Amino acid sequence: MKIKVNGEFLTDFSGNINELLQKQNLSPDRVAVEYNGQILSRENFNNVSLKDGDIVEIVHFVGGG
Amino acid sequence: MLTQKDIFNALSERHGLENQKKFANSCVGIAGLGGLGSNIAVYLTRLGIGKLILVDFDNVDITNINRQNYVLSDIGKPKTKALYNYLTQINPYLNYELHQIKVTSENAVDLFSGCDVVCEAFDKADQKAMLIQTLLANNIKVVSGNGMAGINSANLIKTTNPIKNLYICGDNQSDISDGLGLMSPRVAICAAHQATMTMRLLLNQNTI
Repeated sequence: MKIKVNGEFLTDFSGNINELLQKQNLSPDRVAVEYNGQILSRENFNNVSLKDGDIVEIVHFVGGG
Repeated sequence: MLTQKDIFNALSERHGLENQKKFANSCVGIAGLGGLGSNIAVYLTRLGIGKLILVDFDNVDITNINRQNYVLSDIGKPKTKALYNYLTQINPYLNYELHQIKVTSENAVDLFSGCDVVCEAFDKADQKAMLIQTLLANNIKVVSGNGMAGINSANLIKTTNPIKNLYICGDNQSDISDGLGLMSPRVAICAAHQATMTMRLLLNQNTI
């Protein structure tokens, strides 16, 4: 299975969005995730299992303003 | 007393009449009126954006003065009111809508649904994520500030468009929770990036 995360191909992963965030050491309450062109709400991070060809963009937020 | 027409004409002379007409007919929301939001509000007021929706629950604190657009006599006042007092001295004829409340996933769409663009200017990362998820799910364009803490180079702060309708300004890395501090010029650069991208979107320039 091959998915694209932030422009880079990932071949050694299977799981849902939450598990992908965990693998990348990102906190689910500090990200915005676009899945195949659609913004995902946090409640759906567990429901979306990644499949071959999926394209994911993850923006990770830091504090300060 | 200067009239609305006097100010509109002066702004048109500097910005161009067609641009100024677009600015005057635009509505921008600013979520959070701290270091980013208070500076963005000043830039957008100077552009003559017709309607600004300004939202912050907090009062001005002495620790805000290092980077936020407030003065010592504002301490203790609601940020919405203190900022309004300043902005109306720049342009008294814009429509300023003030909300002294905390933005939540429940009220965000009601607050900002009439906006052409919303500037996300919170300080906490989880609040940034909450607002952006909520607004993007409702097809509202967001220009967000992400990473402006510390003393690194100004050149690391840039504008990107990683997700549809989401523009991110910042270095995407420096985190206030790492104890880096927040310094006025670097915060202002990030705010100016956000105001510039907002201006471009209002003029139908969608590229970064």
